Amino acid sequence: MSDHLFEYLCRMGDNTLVLGHRVSEWCGHAPVLEEDIALANTALDLIGQTTLWLDLAGEVEGAGRDADKLAFHRDVWDFRNLLLVEQPNGDFGQTMMRQFLFDAWHLLQLKALMGSSNAQVAAIAEKSSKEVTYHLERATDTVVGLGDGTEESHNRMQAALDKLWPYVGEMFTSDDVDAAMVDAGIAPDPASLRPAFDALLDDVFTAATLVKPQDDFGHKGGKSGKRHTEHLGHMLTQMQWLQRAYPDATW
Amino acid sequence: MTNTTHEWPLYEIFIRGQHGLSHRHVGSLHAPDAEMAIKNARDVYTRRNEGVSIWVVQAADIAASSPEEKGSLYEPANDKVYRHPTFFDIPDEVGAM
Repeated sequence: MSDHLFEYLCRMGDNTLVLGHRVSEWCGHAPVLEEDIALANTALDLIGQTTLWLDLAGEVEGAGRDADKLAFHRDVWDFRNLLLVEQPNGDFGQTMMRQFLFDAWHLLQLKALMGSSNAQVAAIAEKSSKEVTYHLERATDTVVGLGDGTEESHNRMQAALDKLWPYVGEMFTSDDVDAAMVDAGIAPDPASLRPAFDALLDDVFTAATLVKPQDDFGHKGGKSGKRHTEHLGHMLTQMQWLQRAYPDATW
Repeated sequence: MTNTTHEWPLYEIFIRGQHGLSHRHVGSLHAPDAEMAIKNARDVYTRRNEGVSIWVVQAADIAASSPEEKGSLYEPANDKVYRHPTFFDIPDEVGAM
């Protein structure tokens, strides 16, 4: 049981860690100053949530690892994030499409976790859901604004959606870890979030004049850790270089 | 090309620090519309818990007095000291005003 819970908490924390780092890569590079600050805020929110999830994971594991150890002293095969969040930023439109797809799932997930039988999980979910509500609002506005914008912005958003769509399915797949969480009343069945997710996407894509791809093929292997895309390893060399070069350095 | 501008319009941002105070001008930023201006203001100006309310207004919609009009606008008040409530003795019981 505690193995499964540890695994589950790593999935939550690794999602926010990897996406938080990805979004932080925009710092100083966003198309306008206002977006730059907004993206940095989002990244900081996600890293803050990571600290809560991974500290709790370390506590559950009971092997003396805290959030920093888990974030900086594991290699690719130990990461449990969804494949979606490790995908490269691409252009600004692709970053915001990835953000929207993740936020739409993330908020539903957190709302469900607020009713968790585990009080610490429920508390982290409640705190995070306020931040993520804003992330989703912002990402939705941007997807609609750019999707229903100029011909070029529309084409870029449709291309981003087509490119990222094969990474959506993984959010709703289940395995032994999910089944154990459902049995213990800790977390929802991933598939149960799909109808609300689809309804939101239909509304937003209609407003954004974007077409949802029909093919439901979904890449898997991120949350199980069996097969990450090549991008995660490259990202970790940037994110972890200091702890790799100077293990346990502090300042 | 049409003669439209490709810059986002400039918005002036007003934030109320706490209930009971007035909104104060804190700065300006660019945004595609008023809704996004509020979101941008939230990200740019309220990161450290500065506010409870945000107003945004397009800078182009603000009518402002001109510095050259200083004489006609403000000088006539200078020699009308009787408009200032300085001729009343305030009783001690009132305390600080």
